[in-house]
Amino acid sequence: MPAAKAFRGIGHRAINAVWRIGVATRFFLLTLIYSGTSLRRFQLIIKELFSTGVMSLIIIIVAGLFVGMVLGLQGYETLKRYGSESALGVMVALGLVRELGPVVAALLFASRAGSAMTAEIGLMKATEQITAMEMMAVNPIARIVAPRFWAGIISMPLLAAIFSAVGVFGGYFVGVVQIGVDEGSFWSQMQAAVDFREDILNGVIKSFVFGSVVTVIALFEGYDAPPTAEGVSGATTRTVVTSSLAILMLDFILTAIMFRGN
Amino acid sequence: MERTTLDLWVGIFVVGGVAALVMLAMKVGNLGTYNVSDSYQVQAYFSNIGGLKPKASIKSSGVLVGRVTDISLDMERYEAKVTMSLDKRYKFSKDTSAKILTSGLLGEQYIGLEVGGDTETLKNGDELKMTQSAVVLEDLIGKFLYSKAEEPAK
Repeated sequence: MPAAKAFRGIGHRAINAVWRIGVATRFFLLTLIYSGTSLRRFQLIIKELFSTGVMSLIIIIVAGLFVGMVLGLQGYETLKRYGSESALGVMVALGLVRELGPVVAALLFASRAGSAMTAEIGLMKATEQITAMEMMAVNPIARIVAPRFWAGIISMPLLAAIFSAVGVFGGYFVGVVQIGVDEGSFWSQMQAAVDFREDILNGVIKSFVFGSVVTVIALFEGYDAPPTAEGVSGATTRTVVTSSLAILMLDFILTAIMFRGN
Repeated sequence: MERTTLDLWVGIFVVGGVAALVMLAMKVGNLGTYNVSDSYQVQAYFSNIGGLKPKASIKSSGVLVGRVTDISLDMERYEAKVTMSLDKRYKFSKDTSAKILTSGLLGEQYIGLEVGGDTETLKNGDELKMTQSAVVLEDLIGKFLYSKAEEPAK
């Protein structure tokens, strides 16, 4: 019967999804448990900070600059209709600090650093490096996964802050230098409207959450990838798709919790 | 890559990130401009506060002197009770009056303080006796239309 077959298909997928969430949670908890070693040997984390943080800097800075410039241009065109061009600074800063900074930086982080992590660990698995480590009594979660996890958590808020700061200067460049909005009101209205605790700190919390989610997804997909060329490429794609969707969904939930009523 | 080069790059990255955060806090946010720790509280009652919100600024002669900390409805007077936190550096006379004003056409609402002539100054917990409510546009239009309707037809 086609109906029974369809229901069986739904049931199978649901069980599979719950099972995967369970395995991922166990993987996350194991990463936390075995973090001690990597936190004691900080050089491991520094090496990973280089490949996740420093290597993502260029894309973050360039994207931040252009997003800020577009915000400055579009914001000016919209605000001009209401004769309140002086509020351009507020619009650029709030847009970047609250939303675009954490979200766009996390999306770029997922596609730059997340996919690299998945591919690296997937390839380690395919070339049996992880099995070799286990044979030598080295815990692969403590040696490979945990340092990358902490590097992701540390670098994401810093990348988001750099993105927002560069973006504000991009908006300043277009709004004040190119178009000619008054410089004093650009900064002063921004400072009057942007609150450190409400806006900036909440943005940092957001990027912290995104950083941990993206890193866990990337590491889990890599660790769970079938050890074939096709398996690794599929896992890399899944990392980008799953973490991008997770970022956007979490962003809605976090925004609803943090900024409702403001 | 050599370990020292790696450390250098990571160091630059971390310092750059922290500097960006500090820049956001100081230049974009209001952390460097206003400090609420040294302040005293005064209350004022308004019959209508319009769109005034907590954390709205309080200005005197256009200078920021404090922030609104709390807004509630007083159930004895049926008026809005606005608690303000004023900077300790600024002293105002007892007969200071408070007005709810709007900055620009589309701007936010804020409280403007106008100093009177009393020699005594406001202390923590005092109440501002003279207040002027927010101008509600619908009220104004209503009054205007009403006065127009009363005029004899020409």
